Amino acid sequence: MILKPRLEDIKNIGFYLGRIIVGLGLTMLVPILIGLAFGEINPTLDFIIGIEITLIFGLILQKVCFTEKDLNWMQGMIVVSLSWLVAMALGAIPLYLSGHWKSYLDACFDAMSGFATTGLTLTQDLDHLPYAHNLWRHLIMFIGGQGIVIITLSFFVRGFSGAFKMYVGEARDEKILPNVINTSRFIWLVSITYLILGALALGVVGILNGMKSVNAFFHGACVFMAAFDTGGFTPQSQNILYYHSLPYEVLTVIIMILGAINFKLHYHIWTGNRREIYKNIETVTLFITIMITFLITAVGLKQFGVYSQAIVLFRKGFYQLISGHTGTGYQTIYAAQFINEWSDLALVGVICAMALGGAVCSTTGAIKMLRIGIIFKALKEDLKRIMLPERTIVIEKFHHIKKVFLEDRQVRSALLITLSYLVLYGLGTIIGMFYGYPFLNALFESTSAAANVGLSCGITNVNMPAALKVTYILQMWTGRLEFMSIFTLIGFLVAAIKGK
Amino acid sequence: MMRKPKVKRQKAKVHNNDFIFYFYLVLLTFSFLLLPFICSAQPLSSTELIKNARQYDGKTVVYEGEVIGDIMRRGDYAWINVNDGENAIGIWLPNSLVKETSYTGSYKSKGDVLEITGIFHRACTEHGGDLDIHGQAIRKTSPGRQIQERLNPGKRSLAIILLGILSLVWISTLLKRK
Repeated sequence: MILKPRLEDIKNIGFYLGRIIVGLGLTMLVPILIGLAFGEINPTLDFIIGIEITLIFGLILQKVCFTEKDLNWMQGMIVVSLSWLVAMALGAIPLYLSGHWKSYLDACFDAMSGFATTGLTLTQDLDHLPYAHNLWRHLIMFIGGQGIVIITLSFFVRGFSGAFKMYVGEARDEKILPNVINTSRFIWLVSITYLILGALALGVVGILNGMKSVNAFFHGACVFMAAFDTGGFTPQSQNILYYHSLPYEVLTVIIMILGAINFKLHYHIWTGNRREIYKNIETVTLFITIMITFLITAVGLKQFGVYSQAIVLFRKGFYQLISGHTGTGYQTIYAAQFINEWSDLALVGVICAMALGGAVCSTTGAIKMLRIGIIFKALKEDLKRIMLPERTIVIEKFHHIKKVFLEDRQVRSALLITLSYLVLYGLGTIIGMFYGYPFLNALFESTSAAANVGLSCGITNVNMPAALKVTYILQMWTGRLEFMSIFTLIGFLVAAIKGK
Repeated sequence: MMRKPKVKRQKAKVHNNDFIFYFYLVLLTFSFLLLPFICSAQPLSSTELIKNARQYDGKTVVYEGEVIGDIMRRGDYAWINVNDGENAIGIWLPNSLVKETSYTGSYKSKGDVLEITGIFHRACTEHGGDLDIHGQAIRKTSPGRQIQERLNPGKRSLAIILLGILSLVWISTLLKRK
C-alpha cells in the first residue's frame, strides 16, 4: 500500500526549499555589484527584480511551512530535486528580462544548462550581452558545479543533521571531512583558491593575447568558473575559438582536468599525499579512457584527412576530446564542423568520452570513472572465477584513497547508475530522431545534454522544437542529480496521487 | 555588272556577322573566367563558409559583419572577430588595416561593420587548425557607435513594487519570530 504524504512532509520540504531559495537569491548580489561597477542600468534592474522575486518566494515558503523538525531521507532527496527546478525557474528571470532570450523557456534552458554545468546555450546575440548577465551565466555554473545545496550548507546554514541527506541527494556520496558542512566548506575553499589562481593566469594570458585588461580578467574569471566546473559557457559566441591562442587552450585543458578530479583527491594532494594521483582507481581509469577515446577520435580524423598536419590533428582532436571527457563542452571548432567535417568514427570517440565523464565527487556529469573502474574490476573478478580452479577464493581490490575490497553492493550500484545513464542517453536520442534528426547527431546532442557536457553538433539552437528543449532540460537535470533524488520525487508525486 | 557589288556587300555582311559572333564568344569566355571573381565579390555568410568550408578553403572570399569584442594585436598583425549575425569568424589582419576600426561590438557599443576581402582557411595550419580568414583588404561599410542606455521605466516601477512586497514579507517574518 502506498502512503499518501503527510502535511508534515510537505511543510518540511517547503521550509528547507525556502532556505535554499533565499541562499540562492543572495547570490544575485554579485551580478548586481558587477552591473553597478560597469554602469549597466537596466541589467542591474533585471537582477534587482530577480533577487526580489526570489527572496519573496523563499521567505513566504519559510513562513508558511515553518518547522523545527529535521529532514528525513525522502524529504532531503525531494528538497534537492525541487531546489534545482526552482533555481532554474528563478535564475532564468534576470536572463529573460534582458531580452537576449527569445522566450522564458529558452531562458530556463540556459539557466538549467548553467546550474547543471552543461553549457548548451540558446542565447541571442551573446556578443552584446551585458557584463552582469554574462557573469550570472558563469556564476550559476560555479554554484551548480559545487552544488546548489552545498552553497547553502556552506554559507547560509549553521548546521543540522538533515544536511547530509541533501548532500547525498546532490550526487555527492563521499564525505571529505567527518562533518558534511565542513566538507562543503572545503569544496568551496578549493574552488575559490583555484578561482583566484586560474582567473589571474587566464587574465595575464588574455592581456598577452592583446585583450584589454578589464576584459582579460573578466573573461579569465568567467572562463575559469565554466572550465573548473566543467560547464562550457564562454562570454563570447565563438567559445574558446574567440581567443585564437594556444596558451589559452593549454590553460583551459589544465583547468578542465582539475575540475574532473574528485574533491577528495584534491584534499589528499593539498595535504601532501601526491602519490594518490598515480594509485587512485579514478585517475588511472581516466587516463586509460582518455587514451582509448583519443585513439578512436584520432583514427577517425586521420581516415577522412580532416587535418593535414599531425600537430593540428592533435590540437583539435585532443581539445574537443578532453572537453567532452571532462564534461566541459568548450569548443575550438564550430558546431557544424563536427557533422560536416569530422568522420563518424571521430564523433563516436567523442560521444564515448562524453558518456564516460570524470570523477565522482567532482563537478563533472555522466557515468563517472569510479563506476567504470568498479565494473571493469567486477568483470576481471568474474573472468578469474571462470578461469581459476573452483576452490580458489577470488578477491578483487581497488585503490580509492584507501584499499577497498570489491563488494557486490558496489558493483550493483555502479551498474544501476550506468544503466540509468545509458537509458537516459537513448531516450534523448529517440526523441531527437522523432523530430527528424539523424541518429548520430541525435545521439551526440542527447549524450551531451544528459552527461552535462555542452558540446553541440548544431541541433541546439533557438529554432529547435520546444518539446526537444524540454527534453534536454529534463536530461540535464536528471543527469546532474544522478537519478536517485529524481526517482524519489517521482515516487512522492505518485504517492500523493495514488496513496491512501 | 550590277550583281558584283551585291556579292561584295553580302561577303562584307558575312564578315561582319563572323566578327560579332567571335566577339560574343570571346566576351562569353571572359565572362565565365571572371565569374568566380564576380561571385566572390558578393559577401558570403558565415554559415555558408562554415557549411561549405572545404569548397572555399584557400580561396579569396568577401565576408561582411560587425567587429565584436577585443582587437587582439599580436606583433605586426592582429585578430579581430567579425559577426555577421549568424556566427563570428576570426580575421587575421596586418595592424595597418585594423587602424580603421574605431568601435567594437559590446553591450555599450555597436561595432563597425567591415567588408573583408581575404583568404579563407578551413583549418589554418598557421593558426593551429582554426577556421579563419587572412584579411587582405577591409572596407568600413557602416561605422559603429556608442549605445546610450535609457532607464526602462517599466522595470523601475516593477522593482519598486516588488521592494515594497519584499519589505512587508520580511517584516511579517520578523514579527512572527518575536
